[in-house]
This record gives sequence, C-alpha cells and structure tokens, in this order.
Amino acid sequence: MSVKLNSRQVGDVSVVDVAGRITLGEGSSALRDLMRDMVGKGQKKILLNLGEVSYIDSSGIGELVSGFTTVTNSGGQLKLLNLNKRVKDLLQITKLYTVFDVHEDEAGAIRSFT
Amino acid sequence: MERFLDSTLESVDSAEELAVGAAQRAGFDEDDLMKIGMAVRESMVNAVVHGNRYSAHKRVRFSVAHNANRFTIRIADEGDGFDFTALPDPLAPENLMQTSGRGIFLIRSFMDEVEIRHIDPRGTEVTLVKYMVSK
Repeated sequence: MSVKLNSRQVGDVSVVDVAGRITLGEGSSALRDLMRDMVGKGQKKILLNLGEVSYIDSSGIGELVSGFTTVTNSGGQLKLLNLNKRVKDLLQITKLYTVFDVHEDEAGAIRSFT
Repeated sequence: MERFLDSTLESVDSAEELAVGAAQRAGFDEDDLMKIGMAVRESMVNAVVHGNRYSAHKRVRFSVAHNANRFTIRIADEGDGFDFTALPDPLAPENLMQTSGRGIFLIRSFMDEVEIRHIDPRGTEVTLVKYMVSK
C-alpha cells in the first residue's frame, strides 16, 4: 500500500492522519504536496499523526524535515503524533527526534500548540 | 540468486521484496528483516536514481547469497559513480535539517559490513553484509 492521507480540523489545528508507506515516489511527494497546500492556505498549526505509517525511508524522512522547515518558516508549527517504534528509531538514529515536537496523545498534542 | 533489474522505482520494490524473502528463509528476525529491507531499498534508490538516472539503457545487477556466517547482497549500477569518500555527515549540526543525504548513513547503520567500490568499465557496486546468528 502506498501512502494514504486524511486531513481533519480539530479547533484551529489541522490533523493529518498518515497511513502506509512514506517512500521515494508517490508516498513522499503526496505528503510534500499536502503540506505545501496547507501552508499555502494559511494553516499554521499542523499535527502529523504517523500512527499508521508502516514504513518510512530516507526520502520520507527528508519530507518530514522539509515540511517542518516550510511550516516553521511560514510562522507555523508542525508536530508529530503516535510514532511507532520503527519511525521513532529512525528519527533517533538520524538525531531528528529532538528536532520535532513528538506526542503520544492527540488531545495533549492539540493543547500544546500556542 | 542474481537478477538484472530495470532502472525504475518498481525495481526498488522488487529488490527489497527479494532480499527480505531470502533473509526470512535464512532465519533473520523481524528487526533484522526491516534493517536488511531498508538497506537494500536505500542502495537500490542510489543505483536507480543517482547511478543509472532512470536510464532505460542501464540495468542494476542485484544478487543475494548466504553461507553459514554471512548474508550478502550486492547491488551494482552502470552510472558515472560518485566520490563516496567525501559524503557530508548527516548528523553534523549544519546538515541536520538537510532534506537528503541520509541514505548511505542509514545503510551503514543497519548492516554489519558495507563496501562501496567503483567497477570497470563504469558503475558503482555496493556490498551489504549481515552476519548470520544462530537462533
């Protein structure tokens, strides 16, 4: 299965439920397009729920970094929710775990946006 | 097992599938299967995208073999090659927020041995080794 993206609004936070594989090609470009679209529409608070992500490669990691930079540069915040062990390990190996604001509970993540 | 694969992203998936299947039959656990699969994926992406540049005239030679001690995968492209001794460190603070440049670092993190060499007349061959452990 390639990536499946579903966005929903919780208050003023845009939550994106990501499922499947974020890998070079369709998976990473779909995520990139969605984040650029959201920033283009002025959405400043974005929470990526990665709970159903089965696989992410270096290209997918690059897209998370790119999204973080795009959102931050536009004055917004991008946070991550529900990392499984695989994704968490990858972010730790690449020293990106502390760059992102990572949450395990959606309500808490929503409240953390300022 | 040896295959000559087209320079496409579909070949990346095929190679990963072949390698993980062979590793599974060789007795590796889930964690190692993930690491082997990812190292193969990253190496294949390098071969297809950066080496052969998706050329329909260039193939990727992919092989898997194992003995009692070592599970070995070789991936060779027909590209112009690159200076793999001068790769930037993706963990350096100035590179941390780069959107690319983590592939070979991840490959080295996940495998026990990694060798990258130029091959004649042209191309780059990556050899990935995971040690067999008795279960």
